[in-house]
Amino acid sequence: MFKLIKQLTSFVAMVAVLFAFSTEAMAKKSKTLKNTQKKGFVRCGVSQGLPGFSNADAAGNWTGVDVDVCRAVAAAVLGDANKVKFTPLSAKERFTALTSGEIDILSRNTTWTLSRDADIGLTFVGVNFYDGQGFMVRKNSGYSSVNDFKDGISACTNLGTTTELNMRDFFNSKGISYEPVTFEKADEVVAAYDAGRCDTYTTDKSGLAAQRIKLSSPDDHIVLPETISKEPLGPVVRQGDSVWEDIVRWSLNVMIEAEEYGVNSANADSMKTSDNPAVKRLVGAEGELGAAFGLDNEWSLRIIKQVGNYGESYKRNIADTGILPDRGPNELWTKGGILYVPPAR
Amino acid sequence: MNFKLNKIIPQLATLLAVILVFGFLTYNAQVNMDNRGIEFGFGFLTQESSFDVQFSLIDYDGSHSYARAYLVGLLNTLLVAFIGIILSTILGVIVGIARLSPNYLIERTAAWYVEFFRNIPLLLQIFFWYFAALRALPLPQDTEPMFGVFFLTIKGLFVPRFVWENLDIFFYSIIAAIISIVIIRNYARKLQENEGKQLPVFSISVGLFIILPLLTFLIGGVSLNFSVPELEQMSNTSFKYKGGLGIPPELIALTLALGLYTATFIAECVRAGIQGISKGQKEAAASIGLTPRQILKLVVMPQALRIIIPPTTNQYLNLTKNSSLAAAIAYPDLVLIFAGTALMQTGRAIEIVSITMLTYLSISLSISVLMNWYNKKIAIKEK
Repeated sequence: MFKLIKQLTSFVAMVAVLFAFSTEAMAKKSKTLKNTQKKGFVRCGVSQGLPGFSNADAAGNWTGVDVDVCRAVAAAVLGDANKVKFTPLSAKERFTALTSGEIDILSRNTTWTLSRDADIGLTFVGVNFYDGQGFMVRKNSGYSSVNDFKDGISACTNLGTTTELNMRDFFNSKGISYEPVTFEKADEVVAAYDAGRCDTYTTDKSGLAAQRIKLSSPDDHIVLPETISKEPLGPVVRQGDSVWEDIVRWSLNVMIEAEEYGVNSANADSMKTSDNPAVKRLVGAEGELGAAFGLDNEWSLRIIKQVGNYGESYKRNIADTGILPDRGPNELWTKGGILYVPPAR
Repeated sequence: MNFKLNKIIPQLATLLAVILVFGFLTYNAQVNMDNRGIEFGFGFLTQESSFDVQFSLIDYDGSHSYARAYLVGLLNTLLVAFIGIILSTILGVIVGIARLSPNYLIERTAAWYVEFFRNIPLLLQIFFWYFAALRALPLPQDTEPMFGVFFLTIKGLFVPRFVWENLDIFFYSIIAAIISIVIIRNYARKLQENEGKQLPVFSISVGLFIILPLLTFLIGGVSLNFSVPELEQMSNTSFKYKGGLGIPPELIALTLALGLYTATFIAECVRAGIQGISKGQKEAAASIGLTPRQILKLVVMPQALRIIIPPTTNQYLNLTKNSSLAAAIAYPDLVLIFAGTALMQTGRAIEIVSITMLTYLSISLSISVLMNWYNKKIAIKEK
């Protein structure tokens, strides 16, 4: 019975595709895009408060580089970067929220790994921050390198993250016994470390830099120089909607490419008359790039005008807030970093 | 015939509805998981877990399987439930009796305690004991030992560890003591029934229970030493304790919060039970010449227990389920290890959440069965 229905539906779908093979049909193929346009807002999963990445102020306005990815998608598909509904999620809840359809984009400093990408119904669309796991210690502890760590060290961290696994790999390779103290929420990790429960606090270095501000006396703590893991952080979507996946991927790529070509929120409109065809394509003055997603041709222009390019987003959220003034690997490939995206053409 | 059918049809309809709803839910979950490329299965349980746990009752590290991680979490949950139940029962009985005290000060203190602790959300109390109390505790190097061997620090309570020799002989001696106590009790009962003589059974029992195990130290070759925790420096300012037994502050905070919270409810059960026995019972017992202790033991308590046990069972169940709040303060219980880290690392939400739910259900049902058995045992036996 169900098989029959399945066969029938696939037959109907095939006929539909044959009869209406146009860009409009492409747009309809993305259920997520259709739902988003119907609802009028993008449903975005973010962290419960990580300054620089996704953090809400007292008035409930969300800011951060992760937040900007969702805003870019909203600008592209709905025309307004503010039409986003943010859902704060713990590390533990995030993937279930995405796979169960509660949110449509997970932009929550999430590390791209093989098992997450392949195993649990998720697809990573790119990297918006290259990070690595580090350790924070008290300045007066005398630890100046991870090589000073000794048996029995207690380490506070978050539950349900790659951090827990990296930590084990790291301490095992050093042959050091350690006491992992794992909390569900970041605020509790900070509180416990601050109280002296742990000798060190370990998570992604960007996270350490951001959380340090929350400590009672941030200047008494330092982040050790070593990085013990690769943590490419990026937005995630549900598996199975490749058009939506492409929209999110290219919304992020456009921000990075805009920086590469010097297009920013201030000069985007004037760039329409640029001599460089690549720039003209980026602001929608040439080509039909939006049509491939079932969007209009100004989708990328709206992203750049309303959210800004990647450099602007980084400066506004991470550099100017004093979290990580130095862009490090998150600099463009043309300027010595590793940010390199496929061309938008 | 018609009457029977009338009874059966609604029941069959309900059963069918339940089966259909569950069938639909299962089918729906299956289709959606299929669509999203998620597979269902329990094979992951044998995979290497590759995460470590702060506190475990059995040998465990990341090279063991997820199944073993589950066991670690389960045992930690049972440990908290066990300690919590004992703590809350002792405290609850004391406070419950104190609330009936003729002494105004004792009665008021107990009443205030009950009203205060039962009216604050449990999660807040757990946070209070963990964060507020934790912050007040000293670092390992600043700790003044209690009685020379106990160290209460922000990193936990460090106590001497027992180092036994010939522990098995000691163990057997305790079993022997228990068996001989049972025999003596039976003998004493017979003696009383046949000749009316009373033996001081309680004193003999206590004596046996102390003397027999003590003897093994003198002639059985049993010896007990203590491994006292010692301070060890790791860097300029970080220290730890070596040797001894370390009890993590998370466990202390959690059992304290659960115990103090649940004790208030048990205290009220106890008070209700004792007040439920009519005054006439005590007066009647006194009139046939029983001593006050005998009145309490033979007349009041057996009847009061019948009132106390059923609601107290509920409190035990609540305490066990409430122990899942442990995840908030990093105590590695079933929810934190299995429904937390393991779920995250494997992404098997449906499998892991169902296992966790079934586990809590089994624990709760076991407690219910045990308490119901006890309740039956002390119930009025109509003759």
